[in-house]
Amino acid sequence: MQNLYDFSILTGAIHESLSRSMSPGWVTFTELVIIGLVFLLFFALLGLFLVYLERKVCAIIQNRVGPNRVGKWGLLQTIADLIKLLIKELIPIRKSDKFLFNLAPFIVIIASLMAMAALPFAKGLHAIDFNIGIFYVMAVSSLGVVGILLAGWSSNSKYSLIGAMRSGAQIVSYELSVGLSLLAIVVFSGSMQLSTIIESQSNGWWIFKGHIPAIVSFIIFLIASTAEINRGPFDLAEAESELTAGFHTEYSGIKFAFFFLAEYINMFIVSGIAATVFLGGWMPLHIGNWEGFNHIMDFIPPIVWFFVKTFFIIYVIMWFKWTFPRLRIDQLLTLEWKYLLPVSLVNIVLIAFLVLMGWHF
Amino acid sequence: MTEEIIKDVIIGESEDYIINIGPQHPSTHGVLRFEVCLQGETVKYIIPHVGYIHRGIEKMCESLTYPQIIHLTDRMDYLSAHMNNEAVCLCVENALQVEVPERVKYIRTILDELNRLASHQLWWAAFGMDLGALTTFFYGLRDREMILDIFEESFGSRLLHSFNTPGGLMHDVHPNFQKKIKEFIKYFRKKLPEYDQLLTGNVIFKQRAVGIGPMSKETAIAYGVTGPSGRGSGWACDLRKHAPYSAYDKVQFTECLETEGDTYARYKVRMREMWESLSILEQLVDNIPEGDYTAKMKPIIKLPAGEFFQRVETARGELAVYIVSDGNKTPYRIRFRTPNFSNLFVINTIASNFKIADLVAVSGSLDLVIPDIDR
Repeated sequence: MQNLYDFSILTGAIHESLSRSMSPGWVTFTELVIIGLVFLLFFALLGLFLVYLERKVCAIIQNRVGPNRVGKWGLLQTIADLIKLLIKELIPIRKSDKFLFNLAPFIVIIASLMAMAALPFAKGLHAIDFNIGIFYVMAVSSLGVVGILLAGWSSNSKYSLIGAMRSGAQIVSYELSVGLSLLAIVVFSGSMQLSTIIESQSNGWWIFKGHIPAIVSFIIFLIASTAEINRGPFDLAEAESELTAGFHTEYSGIKFAFFFLAEYINMFIVSGIAATVFLGGWMPLHIGNWEGFNHIMDFIPPIVWFFVKTFFIIYVIMWFKWTFPRLRIDQLLTLEWKYLLPVSLVNIVLIAFLVLMGWHF
Repeated sequence: MTEEIIKDVIIGESEDYIINIGPQHPSTHGVLRFEVCLQGETVKYIIPHVGYIHRGIEKMCESLTYPQIIHLTDRMDYLSAHMNNEAVCLCVENALQVEVPERVKYIRTILDELNRLASHQLWWAAFGMDLGALTTFFYGLRDREMILDIFEESFGSRLLHSFNTPGGLMHDVHPNFQKKIKEFIKYFRKKLPEYDQLLTGNVIFKQRAVGIGPMSKETAIAYGVTGPSGRGSGWACDLRKHAPYSAYDKVQFTECLETEGDTYARYKVRMREMWESLSILEQLVDNIPEGDYTAKMKPIIKLPAGEFFQRVETARGELAVYIVSDGNKTPYRIRFRTPNFSNLFVINTIASNFKIADLVAVSGSLDLVIPDIDR
């Protein structure tokens, strides 16, 4: 059963056929190109779908119908929006730093594209499986803030600058909580490699196995990662009612769309990481020694498991945004430095103790 | 103090900087410009610049007859259109010493309260948006829709219904009027607790509102901040209670007062006023007396020479009309004391030294309608 859904057979076959006709160097190069193209395509489609999903979810929360005119259930709405954004004029800003202004959206989007590479979508469907997977994701995803800071700085606008500075303070602070809450699971599973972490959950997800400390770090991760991707109620960098659009006030057309797309992809990435680390990734729901139940769960393909868990967390993050008011910048930093960080630190000591005594399942 | 800061900023000696919030900005709810001096995120001072939507309504009124003026007063505070009309009508009726029928008084009071409810609903919706809670907007507008439907059925117009006329009403209300209002009261009594669930009890909302923009009673009186904003500071300034007009002397209601004077107090006053409005509606809707919808008026209304004054309580505070007449069919001078003008200029006193996000919250809690400021 497990073999049926194993993507490493497919990827292995591709590798074999390429190796027969090329030298190893060219094989690696071709594979990189294929993976790059597949990811770019997936990136764009996922971005469009997430925008559509957000509009539908917020419509449900707000007693509305949402997009329903373009295509069946409005499914083509975001494609129409994309075409509109593509043909929009890119308005040049006088006295802006042209080079940095144009560079900023690419830094943001490359950071999220790079983070995607380490996500394990299913068994064997994993672009690159490091031994420091979690570390890599954290390092790369925090690169995005450089793009945001550059965007704010180079647009020569006070609104943008305030937004960018807020974003800088916010991401630098919340990075700590994200790191510490992920570290909790690293301590449990004893590895930073994402595939090993998933394997360690084959008899139960960490959120169930890790007692209360794992649940605490899951909640901290949800809060901190929502802040890290600049989404409501932590969307201070955009803060529509205060800063009009924050760091991307001066951007137009497809460059604006890049920021927009990166925000949604980042949401997918943090949800994917949360699903992988806390909810077992593509691992089906297994309960102890209920053989029959576990066997039935195995019939559902791992890729479905991964996306169901990821989209559940995405829904929760959207739910936050559409129901909570926005925090103020000092309250945001208070929440992190006075509450989340001490709790995470105590939590990690607790987990180390748990693991040392072997009390987790 | 403010002048010194301005000088430093202009010379470039200080690290403060000035940004313009508005005239096109999502949180000013219209064409208002705040010139804000910031030190980092902290607001040093705020200079409101008004006049972007000045239409010279007071001057235009000098060449219009009294029934025509009604159509301009709608356009001052478009969310309390009915109360604005009523102020002019009451002033003209007092000048002519016309006794309007009881039916007119009751209907006017009902419409006042419906309009106040619609206005407070929109305020609640927009206030949530100012704080970043986007869903409130749709909850508020959903319930406001029912009131607008009642208006549309009776007056053929949803927002600017020039339904009052000196001496009474333009025509009688629709036969469904009472039934629809009773339906609305029943519906809204169930929906109002939803507002509290969504926003009032929220931890983030409380953090954003409690203690922000405190206005003492003295400040409120000094700046003439009336309406719910003034009552949030403990100033009993409800004209419905203290200078009753129309049928307000026949209904029981409490004047909603809070003493904290912060954004949250102003919020609570408006939330409580919605409950009060519902109870006033309940007392009136079944007791509308039969009779004429207008007193008998001359075809051309000429006020006797002299000065006339009338105050009413709109959804935002005290609206006063002052007419100087020289005996002609048009006023010699007319002057409106609009609540929002006074309410706006207190903002520098109460929102300075708070964060820029608090400025948005405070200006939201003052419930400004910009055309009312500029007239």
